[in-house]
Formats: sequence, C-alpha cells, structure tokens
Amino acid sequence: MFLVAVVGMKMHHTQVTIKPLGDSALMVQLGDGIDPLIHKQVKALSTLLHEHPFEGFVESVPAYNNVTVHYNPYIVYLSQFGAEGITPFQKVSAFINELVQRMGETQSIEDRIITIPVYYGGEFGPDLDYVAAYHDLSTDEVIRIHTENEYLVYMLGFAPGFPFMGGMNESIATPRRETPRLSIAPGSVGIAGKQTGVYPLETPGGWQIIGRTPKKLFLPHLSPPTLLQSGDNIKFVPISLEEYRTIEEEME
Amino acid sequence: MTVQVLHPGLLTTIQDLGRFGSQQYGVIASGAMDPYSLRIANLLVGNEQGEGALEVTLMGTSLAFQQDRLIAITGGDLRATIDGERAPMWRPIVVREGSVLTFDYAVHGCRAYVAFAGGIDIPKVMGSKSTYMRAGIGGFNGRALQKGDIFHCGEMGARSQSLVCELKDPLSWSVNYHTLLNVEQTQTIRVLKGTEFDRFEKKSQQALFTESYTLTTNSDRMGSRLEGAALSLREEFELLSEGVTYGTIQVPPNGQPIILMADRQTTGGYPKIGQVMTADLPSLAQLRPGGAIQFKEVSLEEAEKAFIRNERIIQEIKMAIQLVTS
Repeated sequence: MFLVAVVGMKMHHTQVTIKPLGDSALMVQLGDGIDPLIHKQVKALSTLLHEHPFEGFVESVPAYNNVTVHYNPYIVYLSQFGAEGITPFQKVSAFINELVQRMGETQSIEDRIITIPVYYGGEFGPDLDYVAAYHDLSTDEVIRIHTENEYLVYMLGFAPGFPFMGGMNESIATPRRETPRLSIAPGSVGIAGKQTGVYPLETPGGWQIIGRTPKKLFLPHLSPPTLLQSGDNIKFVPISLEEYRTIEEEME
Repeated sequence: MTVQVLHPGLLTTIQDLGRFGSQQYGVIASGAMDPYSLRIANLLVGNEQGEGALEVTLMGTSLAFQQDRLIAITGGDLRATIDGERAPMWRPIVVREGSVLTFDYAVHGCRAYVAFAGGIDIPKVMGSKSTYMRAGIGGFNGRALQKGDIFHCGEMGARSQSLVCELKDPLSWSVNYHTLLNVEQTQTIRVLKGTEFDRFEKKSQQALFTESYTLTTNSDRMGSRLEGAALSLREEFELLSEGVTYGTIQVPPNGQPIILMADRQTTGGYPKIGQVMTADLPSLAQLRPGGAIQFKEVSLEEAEKAFIRNERIIQEIKMAIQLVTS
C-alpha cells in the first residue's frame, strides 16, 4: 500500500487524500476530473499554504484537482511543529490536514479576468482557414466562437506561463497537425483537440495556430513572472494588425 | 578576478541549488544535477553551500585564470589538470594567474563541479543563478558557456581568505565523499513506488525491481531515458497533467521509463511508476550513458532516513572545514 497516510474527510462531498511523491514532496488530492468547483479548493489550499507555510516548505504547484507540496524533509525533521516521534511526511500531512479543515474559513478569493488581445488569421494564424474548413465554418465564425467564452486557467506548466485552460466551445475542437511545426512563435494562440492555449516561448509544436497575441506571457524579471496565474479567467479579444503593432511597441 | 573560457566542452553551465518558488508558474527548478557535489565544492572554498558553480559535463572544458583564485573540484572525475598536472579533487586548491584548468574526459562519473571562492558574479534571476537554457535566462546570458566567454568571481570572504592561508602548508586532507556518492557505471538506485504503481501490470511491477536498465545516449539534464524491459499499464486511463519532481519515473506509451532530472518540466501527464529517493539522485546524475541501473524498492521511511543521514554528513563536512580554518 503506497498511501502511507490517507487523510480522509468529507468536504463538499469530496474525499481529500494525501499521498507521497517521493521523500520530498506530497500530493493533496481534492477531487477527480476537470471541474471549476474542485479547482476553487485547489486555489484555496494553495493560498492558505502561502499565507501559513510550515517550516521546511519549499513551494506548491497547483494542478486541475490536486496540489503538489514540495518540502525539505530534513528541515521538517528538525522543526518543532507537529507531534513528536512522527516522520517528516506524517508531520507535513498532519499540518496540511489542519489547513484543509480551515479551507472553508478563507474568504472567497477574487477571481481575476485577464484580457488577451489576439490578431486572428493571416501569417500570425496560418491554420485559421484549416480550422474553419474542418468545421464548415467561416473564419469569422471561428473567431466569434473562440472569443465568446471565458476560459479558466487551471494550471501553468509545459513551459513558463503556459496556461492549461478549460472552457473551449467544442464546436471548434480540432485535432493537432499531422506534422508538427519545428518552431512556433511566442504569443501564438492554438487549438489542440478540445484545448486552446497560448505559447509563451518559441517551441516546436503540433497545435493548430489560429492567431497571435502581442502580449508577453513570460516576464522573468517581474514578480510574479507570468501574465497568467492558476485560477485566472481569460477572455480573448480580436484586434486589428494596427492595434497589434501598437501593443507590441508598448510591450518593448 | 576573471576566468576566460578557452574551450566550453560538451556542456558547461552555471548552476546553484535551483530556482524554487516559481514552479507554480511553469518555471522549471533547474540547479545542479548532483547537488551534493556542488554543495561540498562551495564549502571547500568558504562559500555558502548554494552559491553558483560550474557544472562540467563529460569532457573538453578548458578555463584560463587571469588572477590567482581558490577553487575546488568535486563530482565526477573528468581528469582535471592545471597546466598539465593532475588537479586534486575534493579539497581546496589555488590556481595561479595565467594557469589553465582543463577537463579531459570522464573516467569516473559524468559531471564535475568547480566552485570559485567568492562565487560567480552574475545576477540572480527569480532567486537563482542556475541556467535555464530553454527560456534563455539565468546563468551566463541564459546559455551554456561558449569559447571566449569571460566571467567574474565575487569578493572572497574571511573564510575563503583563511582557507588560502591554510594552503600555505602542504594540505594532507580531502573530503571522503564515498558515503554520499557513487560514481561507478553500475548502480543500485533506491526507488519508492510511484503514485500510479498499482495501475501497472503485475509483470511490469516486478520487472521494475528485478530487471536491469541501461542509461541511453538520449539522456540529458531534463531526463534520464532508460532502455530495458518495457513497462505496461493494466489498462489505458487518462491522467491529467499534475506536479512531478526530481527523480519521478514516468512511463510514456512506449513502455521505456524516463527519470525526470534537474531540468524537468514542472508538471507531467505520464503515469508515474516510481520515484527515486532524493539521497540517490546525485549518484544517478553521475552515471554516464551506457551505465546500468538496478532499482531497489525502498520504503518512504527508509528514504527519509537516508535523506537525513546525508544532510548530517554534509553538516559534519562543513564543521570539519570550519575547524581547519578557525
């Protein structure tokens, strides 16, 4: 049995479990699947952890339905918190279990809405025509559908500032390109299956690229270093090439 | 004090203990592949353990010193020489103005670390001097060292000064690293069961701990890609991307395991069959392609004990060095 300590409690009908990810990290599982309500709890626990870190806490990484907590077991071992004679994992688990009980007390966290201006089509969105043809839609309809919904950023990963988002209208879901591109420009907005995303860095990739934003998603010299954060709501807004150039200049 | 790169070698980067606190933004941790060796190298020259140092990979690096400087070389044995003479490892040494430090090729281990008294004078990005090559930040202009690069060392502190004085007498000691690090090409690596261990076929669960795996040449700072008995799931299932860490053993659809190393992405979506215990990661980082790995199952409690034991050893090394210079 690899669940050394299963911390069980009912909370909004979800079972919270804590499982080790090696000797220096653990995962707090707050539910299953992709669900904005479960993600609210992910966000609440992450916020509580940053407001009340334990001795030896290194950092936490939110995902769709769990939070990975990285810690230094030697510092946890030396620290005074928790009961005596228990292991570092047990100490951290007990601490997090207490935090989980207090999650209801946190004031609801203000959700941010971030606007991402996008120039759709043309050389910035070479696959827009393909996506439109694939669904028997006009390019304007694809743009309207893509800009209509608000998207929730569940997590950042894959690259710095790269958002894993939910909420795309499935009527524009399109399979990846058969041959991935060797290089996709930073700011490119793409579709892969039911997902949509924005590339922060130049990378190879197989996504259908429908447009590009002049906004920078990765800002290594700012704190936080990314435009988007887990829990943000995103709204894409279509812009003209002129507007694109103006924003691009402002970013420099 | 400046150092000029005559030959960059295969891959030489500036690393410290990593960039922590920003993984939630998708910013990778980076840092030394073998943090024990980096920490001891720094201690040997009177630096803080987490100061930036050079990580030299496998072979070919050559550095010219434009002033005298106290340094230490630790990690894998890459046949380091100073002006043609074998350079001692695991102890402080003074390199004289005009001298050239050269790494020939790895005879034991894979990565050597060079710490300079006073550290390397580069700005921290997001709290770290580690090189994040893909994003082009940190380290030396966000990239590996190239021919002709010149970097500067920081001011030497009081502890470094007294280490220089100590070296005026013939030095009779070096750090015994064997209790911390294995630099052989056949290694037993202790592994905890991963979060998806139970999702694998019984046969694969057994194979992980009985079969031997080979480190392939596709391995790099991101991942150690292994070749051996293929590991398969009992049935396909969808795993959402979630947090991973140093030493996570992922199994992609081809069944050949990948151990995530220092430059791993912050999250991953492949099933995790195992997790290398932290105390064995520095040894794993010293394995060269072609080397053999035998995984051995370990409990969480044993892994924690080994972690604590090694921290105590480093603490003892630190105190012993302080004693010499006090």
